[in-house]
Amino acid sequence: MPPLAIALSGISKHFGPVAANKDVSLSIAAGSIHGIVGENGAGKSTLMSILYGFYEADAGEIRIAGEARQIRSPADAIAAGIGMVHQHFMLVETLSVVENIILGAEGAAWLKNGVGKARAELARLAQDYGLVIDPDAIVGDLSVGLQQRVEILKALYRGADILILDEPTAVLTPPEADQLFALLRALKAQGKTVVLITHKLREIMDVTDAVSVMRRGEMVAHLTTAETSPPELAEAMVGRRVLLRVEKEARRRGKPVLEAVGLGVRDARGVELLQDLSLTLHAGEIVGIAGVAGNGQSELLEVLAGLLRSSRGVIRLGGRILNNADRSPAKLRKLGLMHIPEDRQRTGLVTAFSAAENAILGYQEDTAFGTGLFMSPSRIEAHARTTFNAYDVRPPDPGLKTAKFSGGNQQKIVLAREIERHPKVLLVGQPTRGVDIGAIEFIHRRLIALRDAGVAILLVSVELEEVMALSDRILAMCGGRITGERAAATADERDLGLLMAGVNERAA
Amino acid sequence: MSAAPIDLPRWADAGLVPLVSVAAALLVAGLVVLGIGESPLEATALLLRGALGSAEGIGFTLYYTTNFIFTGLAVAVAFHAGLFNIGGEGQATIAGVFAALACLWLQPLPGFLLVPLAILSAAAGGALYGFIPGWLQATRGSHVVITTIMFNFIAATLIVYLLVEVIGKPGSMQPETANFAGHAILTPMHQLLAPLGLKLPATPLNTAFLLALASLVAIWALIFRSRLGYCIRTVGANPRAAAYAGISPARITMVAMAISGALAGGLAVNEVMGVQHRLLLDFTAGYGFVGIAVALMGRGHPIGVGLAALLFGVLYQGGAELSFDKPGITRDMVVVIGGVIILFAGALDGLFRRFVASGLRLGRRA
Amino acid sequence: MEWIATIAVILDSAIRLSIPLLCAAMAGLWSERAGVVDIGLEGKMLIAAFASAVAAFATGSAWAGLGAGILASVLLSLVHGFAAITWRGNQIVSGVAINMLAAGLTVVLGNAWYAQGGRTPTLEGGARFGDLTLPFAAAMREHVPVLGLFYDEVISGHGAPVYLAFASVLLTAFVLKRTRFGLRLRAVGENPAAVDTAGISVTGLRYGAVIICGVLCGLGGTYLAVSQSAGFLPHMTAGKGFIALAAVIFANWRPWPALGACLLFGLLDAIAIRLQGVALPGIGQVPVQAIQALPYVMTVILLAGFIGKSTPPKASGVPYVKER
Repeated sequence: MPPLAIALSGISKHFGPVAANKDVSLSIAAGSIHGIVGENGAGKSTLMSILYGFYEADAGEIRIAGEARQIRSPADAIAAGIGMVHQHFMLVETLSVVENIILGAEGAAWLKNGVGKARAELARLAQDYGLVIDPDAIVGDLSVGLQQRVEILKALYRGADILILDEPTAVLTPPEADQLFALLRALKAQGKTVVLITHKLREIMDVTDAVSVMRRGEMVAHLTTAETSPPELAEAMVGRRVLLRVEKEARRRGKPVLEAVGLGVRDARGVELLQDLSLTLHAGEIVGIAGVAGNGQSELLEVLAGLLRSSRGVIRLGGRILNNADRSPAKLRKLGLMHIPEDRQRTGLVTAFSAAENAILGYQEDTAFGTGLFMSPSRIEAHARTTFNAYDVRPPDPGLKTAKFSGGNQQKIVLAREIERHPKVLLVGQPTRGVDIGAIEFIHRRLIALRDAGVAILLVSVELEEVMALSDRILAMCGGRITGERAAATADERDLGLLMAGVNERAA
Repeated sequence: MSAAPIDLPRWADAGLVPLVSVAAALLVAGLVVLGIGESPLEATALLLRGALGSAEGIGFTLYYTTNFIFTGLAVAVAFHAGLFNIGGEGQATIAGVFAALACLWLQPLPGFLLVPLAILSAAAGGALYGFIPGWLQATRGSHVVITTIMFNFIAATLIVYLLVEVIGKPGSMQPETANFAGHAILTPMHQLLAPLGLKLPATPLNTAFLLALASLVAIWALIFRSRLGYCIRTVGANPRAAAYAGISPARITMVAMAISGALAGGLAVNEVMGVQHRLLLDFTAGYGFVGIAVALMGRGHPIGVGLAALLFGVLYQGGAELSFDKPGITRDMVVVIGGVIILFAGALDGLFRRFVASGLRLGRRA
Repeated sequence: MEWIATIAVILDSAIRLSIPLLCAAMAGLWSERAGVVDIGLEGKMLIAAFASAVAAFATGSAWAGLGAGILASVLLSLVHGFAAITWRGNQIVSGVAINMLAAGLTVVLGNAWYAQGGRTPTLEGGARFGDLTLPFAAAMREHVPVLGLFYDEVISGHGAPVYLAFASVLLTAFVLKRTRFGLRLRAVGENPAAVDTAGISVTGLRYGAVIICGVLCGLGGTYLAVSQSAGFLPHMTAGKGFIALAAVIFANWRPWPALGACLLFGLLDAIAIRLQGVALPGIGQVPVQAIQALPYVMTVILLAGFIGKSTPPKASGVPYVKER
């Protein structure tokens, strides 16, 4: 049995009351490629940040190559032979490739010798692994794939024996990803250990030797890649939870209300976040989007809500094509399209405001809340008090600062605000993220009641069971595309998990 | 401003933290007084007597307070929109030019028309000079802080040019305009109150003080009671949520900077129309910068701004009296206190919050 | 030939006027390249001017003045660092505070100590930096036409701080470009997380930059009081710290272009003084104020992106907080 490159035991880490890692143990064989999978927020990145000395664990032991190590800072990790390629590159864009490579490992007070040594080393690495790069290019001018190459070279230049890559393919095109995998295999052939963090099952199956699965801060499975399958991994990731039951009767859906055809969105770098996406929402139905976070769901919500410009595509609301002027949040609200954003604290609320002030956010021009230029605090407060009672917001104190409410009650404030405006279409993002069980049930019942009243609802959630319990139809998304549609009544978790991993795409 | 990471009860946040930082700043000033060989206690007594010990002293104190209310409110309104307007000096300068032009050019008009028009003209000048940096930030991405600093200097050279070459008093070597006509100026308080049987000593205090008090109320209503104020506060606290709520951060940036500039124009109304009765160089005299201390200390709330302005009024007037008795302590001491207050209540806010929070915890345990 | 002499005189005065700008600009460049915005250059130069005049008067040594000036300026720098780096306070607010603190404190102390309306006593002899005559200045003037005159008039005959200021540009450019410290400093102003993950202390680097900023402001302030003038005058920096800030922006945070910008702004100032009340043939009288306002107007136009593009260090003004 070869020695273990990494042995973690009993690692725990709390951020305030939130446990990001709970008693995590992990063994990684030297000279292997080891995958770590899990949904967003499962604790993968936290674990790797602990290993890299970015955070210190509250408890637990780290052994590198058999030796117990205290890793308190990235400098300790580098000394232990660990290199990390972060999801958001730790590069200085205004500096050249060679300057980035030697940063922190310059050798002496004068750069001259260090630069010379780095150039020679770069030439050697280019020969060994085919990692060709112009040492004098400015990093900001390089493509994303080449920038990632610089990150890998940085780690190798520091003599890393263990290379951790955090979601390395998130920003790569498919050919670039294939190149990366070839490189990882070459590294393995040279005896290096590679840790690959990802949520893409295909990559795990393609390139790893072994895989560990994380869920909600815990390590739930250690598997040998050759002996597992995507469905098994998907199930381990999502978990066989107590099935959420939501009472709902079958309804006949009404006319189409919101139609999107051929939507496309690109970010500043030209990466396609949404590609040729079409969907139709009917009155009186809930359409759920199933997908691993980061596959375009957020962008879909933002485009439909008027917060993000699409680069192509048409949106029809109530049969009418929306022009650019219509696609502003204020105008869309007037047309009956309301939006419960994914992140209530960053987008849906002003946490420094009182609860009453947040109860009218987006409706600040409404004549019900004041006359002319002024607002009536008593009317706003009365409105807040009524809706808070109806939605069981606790404490029902409209004057309290919003930041002091629990997550569930903050969400109810947002929910009450948008639902009480009688939407025709309701966009809902992560309705129960960070919400306690009692509030979850309440929120679900409200959404069903709304659907029964004929509202068209688009539901985005990373909780697959929530999507399955609430939806009438489910669309799976992967890589900014819709990869399949299932009727909720007949959908099963394995099937959806595969669609979410984009596996359908290959079969088709 | 920066988010508050330490959670404090509201009364501590709004009252105790500013009080502690002001007390610390006064302590530093006391040490400076001690360092130059004078007694801080004696200096404080002289200062308070000079500022509040006589009707004349109070008149002067309130006259200075007027300036600080305007410049403090100007900074506070911009704060609410998440903007830092360092350009109060420049905006007041341009407002002074606009006020002077109105007073000189519209002289044939009767006083009841001329005075309001001149005040509006001052506000418009300040608003315009605040709007431009706001517009540049909203549409061209240049930061308000740097632009307003540059605008201060541009205004300072512009007023020299205008006074020397264009609107200066003909035949005079002084860079100043001719005196305004008697009906173009703001009534001094002692004249205004004389018909009521109140005999007050002559001080620079004039009706601009009433305008300042009205501005406190108006800005309170604007920020906390109007729809526009709601939008301003939303943009300042969370621009993302503002966009979600259909509020344009760019529009609010321009509007807030214009309002801020108009308020800074109040300084010109008090000094040019109320006291000097002509336009002259350097009438802004650093009041714009002290306004930053006033706004920070007052936590951006009009009540706080009013109280902080009064404190600085006392310090200015008391400091002037003090320097008569103790030539070693000049009024520049007030500038030192202002600087230390900005440092303590602004840049080191986190330190003082931590300090107050641990103090409260100790108190609770005891 | 008289116009050549006139040009030489104007250039000489341009250099003298640009020195405080140059010191403050290099100071600002160090601080901002490390990610700490500094609008307190003005205040630091002012306190240095005061401290240097006090020390030079007390000891009779200009060099002691320089030491005291640097010390006072570095102390204020550390206050800024404490607020901006350690307590992650608002850097603009801290800069404003430092400017006010210096403006008030210098006058209060000056008045208390010397009772001359805030001025310090006139410095004489060794308490001022004397003008250094470079080798062969007289000989060159006599024997080499035009160039010799310029060498003697413009290049030679300045106090030691002038040559130190020019050396600081060379040193800044060299250290930033060719040394380990310079590389790390450039990196920390652009992406502190990259520096942190490379195992380098962000706090240490930023304090280092802020201290260097203090030293250079100290040199600039000392020049004003102990070399250019013969003592301290209240508010004698008169906005030079802000013009220096403009020069840094103009130079896109690079040392050599900053030197160019400072010399240009110094030249504008020299021309403005020269043109006071002089009618130019064909143009008439140029308002001096228009020339004086030019650096500020140009900076506003540049920042608004109407000419070229200004790209400040990406992380400047942002306190470093580890992301979760």
